[in-house]
Amino acid sequence: MSFQIASMLLASALLSVSAGAAADAKRGEALYAARCGACHSVADNGAGPRHRGVFGCHAATQPGFDYSDALKHSDIVWDEKSLDRWLSDPSAFVPGNMMVVRLANEPGDRADLIAFLQSVSQGERSCKPGATMPAAAITTHP
Amino acid sequence: MTQASFPRLTAADSRRGFLKLGGVALSGTAVALLGGLPMRGFAASHSDAKASGDIAILNVALGLEHEGIAAYEIGAGSGLLSKPLLAVATLFKSHHEGHRTALIGAIEKMGGTPVQPKSMDDYKASEKLSISSIKTGDDVLRLAQRLELGAVNAYIGVMPSFADRNLAQVAGRLIADETMHWTALTQALGGSLPTPAFSFGA
Ligand code: HEC
Repeated sequence: MSFQIASMLLASALLSVSAGAAADAKRGEALYAARCGACHSVADNGAGPRHRGVFGCHAATQPGFDYSDALKHSDIVWDEKSLDRWLSDPSAFVPGNMMVVRLANEPGDRADLIAFLQSVSQGERSCKPGATMPAAAITTHP
Repeated sequence: MTQASFPRLTAADSRRGFLKLGGVALSGTAVALLGGLPMRGFAASHSDAKASGDIAILNVALGLEHEGIAAYEIGAGSGLLSKPLLAVATLFKSHHEGHRTALIGAIEKMGGTPVQPKSMDDYKASEKLSISSIKTGDDVLRLAQRLELGAVNAYIGVMPSFADRNLAQVAGRLIADETMHWTALTQALGGSLPTPAFSFGA
């Protein structure tokens, strides 16, 4: 069953990044569609930037999106920690940014959303990878 | 599962269906409600920076309304909807047009420039709407349901950020309309109502 395969892939991906994280990318995908989908998609820029490749990338580096100066100058690389801080309160993390949204107040929701963002960041990457990107996240999948 | 769900609405049972339209009264009321947006407090009462933040949020909302109108228009023109569902889609589209008018008015009143809709071709080609994958009337409803839910959650997410509390009230009224749409669409699709409390936003 594809769900099992996906969870196994996810489990191994997570293990190589942070051992023991019990995040659920599948649930994250559903949360993403419901809560983030109005502004974001993996493939296209909309009200918010596209998300393919975001995990492991420098903030504000998806081509064709008009980011705020605040996020452009933030010097953030998106990883579990920075995404968790961002999603809990974007304006507290990067004051003056344009994502004035709070839609992930539960730590478990954030972990699942981050697992989903990580799962869609394998392979093709249009944003600028950060130097500190974990090896597992750069592996390209066929 | 023990989730509650309404009986599925089909063209055949639409006369006793939950979705039966309330005649002209409903759309008339909707228009009246939207025409009465509280406009006091715009612009003058807060600094430019705060106003420009609010304008940016309203423009995101306006972009979603443009997109919703396009989706309902495409759905209504698809020939895939039964007559009663077509009437519902047309009504919901008119609500979104009311939202659009109200948002444009608010943005202009605050000195902002309302975002323009994309071209119909752009909407049809967008991966988000995924129009090419629509094959049945239910696909049309599912697209509308997904967009309504996205809008509800986006509005809930931005609500605490309005500098002008009157705008938070406007957002609340938009959310109520979109939630009403989502519920009706979910029912028309024979879907379940959410089990937990606080199933919208987060
Ligand atoms: C109301 C629209 C909106 C919603 C809803 C929204 N975002 Fe955003 N998001 C934005 C905007 C706008 C930006 C760009 C911010 C900037 O440039 O300051 C952004 C930026 C981001 C970034 C940084 C991307 C990059 O390229 O650096 C991430 C990650 C992100 N959002 C994740 C999420 C997630 C996950 C959710 C759902 C829980 C979400 N967003 C919901 C509008 C939104």
